[in-house]
Formats: sequence, structure tokens, C-alpha cells
Amino acid sequence: MIDSSPSDAPLSPPPGLAQLFVGFLSVTVIAFGGVLPIARRALVDRYRWISPDEFTELIGLAQFLPGPNIVNLAIVVGGRFRGPAGAVAAFLGLVLAPAVGVVLASIAFSHYADVRAISDMLAGLAAAAAGLVIAMGLRMGEPMLRRPRVHSIVVALAAFIAIAVLGLSLPVVMLTLGPVSVGLSWWAERRAG
Amino acid sequence: MNDSNPLFALAIQFLAISIFAVGGANVVLPEIHRQVVDVAGWMNDVQFAQTFAIAQAAPGPNMLVVTLIGWHVAGIWGAIVATLAMTGPTCVIAYVVGGIWHRFRAARWRRVVQGALVPLTIGLILASGLILAEGAARSYPTAAYTLLTVAVLLFTRLSPLWMLAGGAVLGAAGLI
Repeated sequence: MIDSSPSDAPLSPPPGLAQLFVGFLSVTVIAFGGVLPIARRALVDRYRWISPDEFTELIGLAQFLPGPNIVNLAIVVGGRFRGPAGAVAAFLGLVLAPAVGVVLASIAFSHYADVRAISDMLAGLAAAAAGLVIAMGLRMGEPMLRRPRVHSIVVALAAFIAIAVLGLSLPVVMLTLGPVSVGLSWWAERRAG
Repeated sequence: MNDSNPLFALAIQFLAISIFAVGGANVVLPEIHRQVVDVAGWMNDVQFAQTFAIAQAAPGPNMLVVTLIGWHVAGIWGAIVATLAMTGPTCVIAYVVGGIWHRFRAARWRRVVQGALVPLTIGLILASGLILAEGAARSYPTAAYTLLTVAVLLFTRLSPLWMLAGGAVLGAAGLI
């Protein structure tokens, strides 16, 4: 919407190893309650390493590969720019500092587990974190509404309802909606010429 | 797990679980809970819930709940082994597939698959957003704060950190 960068804005030159490490580190240390929304802001809007469309596409890929999404995204982005070393640099930037931090937080929490304000604070944090995820989903869906393709909207709604409303398991949803979506996409591609 | 070496057990369990983590770490959380609490007996329910809350609230990827479980079971080496088991093999898969994906960026089959993945992805992200919001909404004011966050992020240029900090402060003050 207002601050999403236009798809045709020029991208930055490819980042080096140190830039990949620092870039993912800068994302992860401020990513409370989920890294993806922060990652999108950084990679697309701030650093301009990848375009908005590429981001949506890479998230799609990262989600359908096994393993944590954001880790897959870091591997694919780092690997695309700098090969295996780039993937390792991005991975370490993403995981190392938070892994140490979370262990320290766990040690601290076990000391202050009874303090009411701490659990209240976590609850407020969680409410904001949920809003971040919803806003990211809506922003990613915005191009779909701007160039409407009915079958895309139907598939997105069906996936949303299947998981959030019906509570179906992810493998079930993907094994049914996946082929349907590929079929619809193939049909649309053929019609477009 | 009846193996006497907890590091080995951690490695095997999280390797197996990581392969099923299609769609993200939160998808396999029920399975992690089953393995860690019911099968291996490494933690009780309360410890597991607390561990998850800390991993969610601390900055970084959600999968760090796995690091904390490893830490709880076998200290520093447990944390390292669990983290690498959860991410190592799937990273190799991501690297290989990511390369193929980029090489065939002009191919027609890729445009078809991509056209299929994008709407599914958006639907799934919005679904996890709603599920997270339901989990976070302990009162009407907390739910309202989630909606306010969505609106602020969509229609202003404010950094999401302000909304997170605001949530933490209002929460600590008992206002939401």
C-alpha cells in the first residue's frame, strides 16, 4: 500500500558475504514473534536486494520446502548471490545471535517466572506480532487484487478457510489444493497465450 | 527414546521432524510436543508451554524453540545438536532447489508452478496470522491492539518495532 516499493524500482548491487551476514543479523535481532514481516521490509524496502514480486515468490518456495521458512529463505537468498558461502553467511547471521539470546532469555525467565508484569508484557507483544503477520499477508495479497485473477483469489481464500476456519492439517490442504492450484495456473497460462 | 545418549536422540528426533516442517516450524509444533513431552518425557506440559512462549517472545526465528529444548535436555551441546538437526538437511535441500528454481526462471513450467504457489502462500500466511491473533487475544483490548497494528502497518510508514514496543508496554501496564 502506501509504503510498498514499486516493482520497477531499481535494485541494489548484489550483496557480499559480510553484507549478507549483517543484513540477516539486523533482521533477526529485531524480529519479535516472527521474522518474515521484518525480513520483507529489510530485503525488499531497505536493502533492495530483491523485488516485491521475487519476495512473494521466494516465500512460496521457502514454504513448500521442508524446514523452517525463514531459514530456507536465508539459504536461497544467500546462495543466489554468493553460492554456498553466501548461504552459510546468511544462515549464521539469522540464527547465531538469536540462539544465544533465547538461551539467555530462558535462564533469565526461570528467575522471574512469577512476575506478573513479565507475562503481561509477553501477551501484549504477542498481540502486536499477530498483527504483523496479518499485515504482511494482506500486503502480499494486494497485487493479486490489483490485477485480479479470479482463480488466484479463490485458491487463496480456500487455503485460508481450510487452515484457519476448518482447522485441516497442512499436508491434507496442500495435497488437495496444490494440484488444483497448479491446474488452474496451467489453464490461465495457456489462455494467456 | 531408550537410547542412553540424549544428543543422539535429539538429533534423530529433530531430523525426522524437520522433514515434515513443510510450511514452517509452527506447523510441526504439535508433533514436537508429542515427541518431547509424551514420548521422550524430557519436559512436562508447563515447561513446554513456557519454553515456547520464550522462543516466541525473543527475537529470531520461531524454530528456536528447538534450540531451547536441546538446551534443556543436554546443555550447550544439546542446543547446538538440536538446532543443526532441525536446519541442516533442509538447508541443503533449500540450496539445491533454490538454484534450480532460479536457473529455470524463464521456463513455462516454473511460471505455472509459481502462479499456483503465490495464492496458496498468501492464504496460508493470512491463516497463520489469524491463528496467532486468536492465541494472542486474551481480551477485547488485546484483539483491538492486533487490529490497530494491522491498520498502522498497512497505512503508515511507521516501523513495526513501535507497534511491538507499544504492545509490550501496554501489556506490562495491564492495559491490554
